[in-house]
Amino acid sequence: MKKLTYIFLLLPIYGYAADTDINIVLQDHRFQPSEINIPAGKKIKLLIENKDKTPEEFESHSLNREKIMAGNSVTKIYIGPLEPGRYPFFGEFNEATAQGVIVAK
Amino acid sequence: MFSTAIIVFREVLEAAIIVGILAAATRDVPRRNRWLLAGMLIGLLGSAMVAASTDLIASFASGVGQELFNALVLGVAVLMLAWHNIWMSSHGAELASHAHNVASDIREGHSECSVLLVVVGLAVLREGSETVLFLYGIAASGDSGTHSMLFGGLIGLLTGIAVGYTIYAGLLRIPMRWFFAATTGLVLLLAAGMASTAAHFLIQADLIPALASPLWDTSALLPENGLSGMLLHSLIGYDARPAGMQVIFYMTALTLIIIGMKMNAKPRQSIQTTGTI
Repeated sequence: MKKLTYIFLLLPIYGYAADTDINIVLQDHRFQPSEINIPAGKKIKLLIENKDKTPEEFESHSLNREKIMAGNSVTKIYIGPLEPGRYPFFGEFNEATAQGVIVAK
Repeated sequence: MFSTAIIVFREVLEAAIIVGILAAATRDVPRRNRWLLAGMLIGLLGSAMVAASTDLIASFASGVGQELFNALVLGVAVLMLAWHNIWMSSHGAELASHAHNVASDIREGHSECSVLLVVVGLAVLREGSETVLFLYGIAASGDSGTHSMLFGGLIGLLTGIAVGYTIYAGLLRIPMRWFFAATTGLVLLLAAGMASTAAHFLIQADLIPALASPLWDTSALLPENGLSGMLLHSLIGYDARPAGMQVIFYMTALTLIIIGMKMNAKPRQSIQTTGTI
């Protein structure tokens, strides 16, 4: 049990170690920037600021990610390491406008 | 309106399928309906509370509270489903044959009902909170199309419930000698699928490694956002691009529950031979 506790205490450090931060803004149900270049083969931390007052769900089938973002809040989502390629994402609650793509090079 | 219907349908479908399968699996448990209803009501109440505290939940554990919460909810559901299957593997046939005394029937039925209550409650809570947030977003935006969108939501809700009910009614038509095998198998796959989804959230929170991501990609063949992909996702935990760790969680849950059922099923033979005369 004690060992488990230590492992859990170390987990945030493990998560913290390999990050590259990318900032994205969601406003009027649009992601800005809507195309994001990231290096392939690296773990990335997306920081998405939802400036709308309504909630949104970040979703990407190709990235295998889904996360609810409350209105007026910043959401953290880990992605990668990714193979080179294009990975579209969208806001499920406003799919018509909230579109974006991660490009891993 | 149409897109609203689809989004709500997608959220409701998963909970509806879980409720449908569990309702069928517990059909001989005394006073089952009362517990089922209680589970749904608690789940609905809970989903409103979870939706209202989205921001608070998200802020826990340095921003990955939502993932931890989802993984925890799924983890508890997996344990309850595992327990249901293991318990059913020794008592299910008895319960169905009505061959044992009423006192133990009710006592055992009670623990079975708490499984029903918790799993149904958690399923409704998890999927319901997203629906509540989505509909709140529509209502709060105050656009001119609000009414037709909310109407679309209602259609999505009813369609999702209809699918869940169809699965329930379909399962009840299965002849008795295959019924337990069928429902036990479905609950088993349901639990394994949830374990895989729990792993998905822990990976997203960066708490466990993905181990090969994705392990395979069948999104061109059977996309997750298509109807059959959605159904398979809810039923057996289908994932078009699973991480290696998700597959490990899936197989581990599957194996452990089967082992538990096998170990528990042994004494049943003797009970059956003496009890079903």
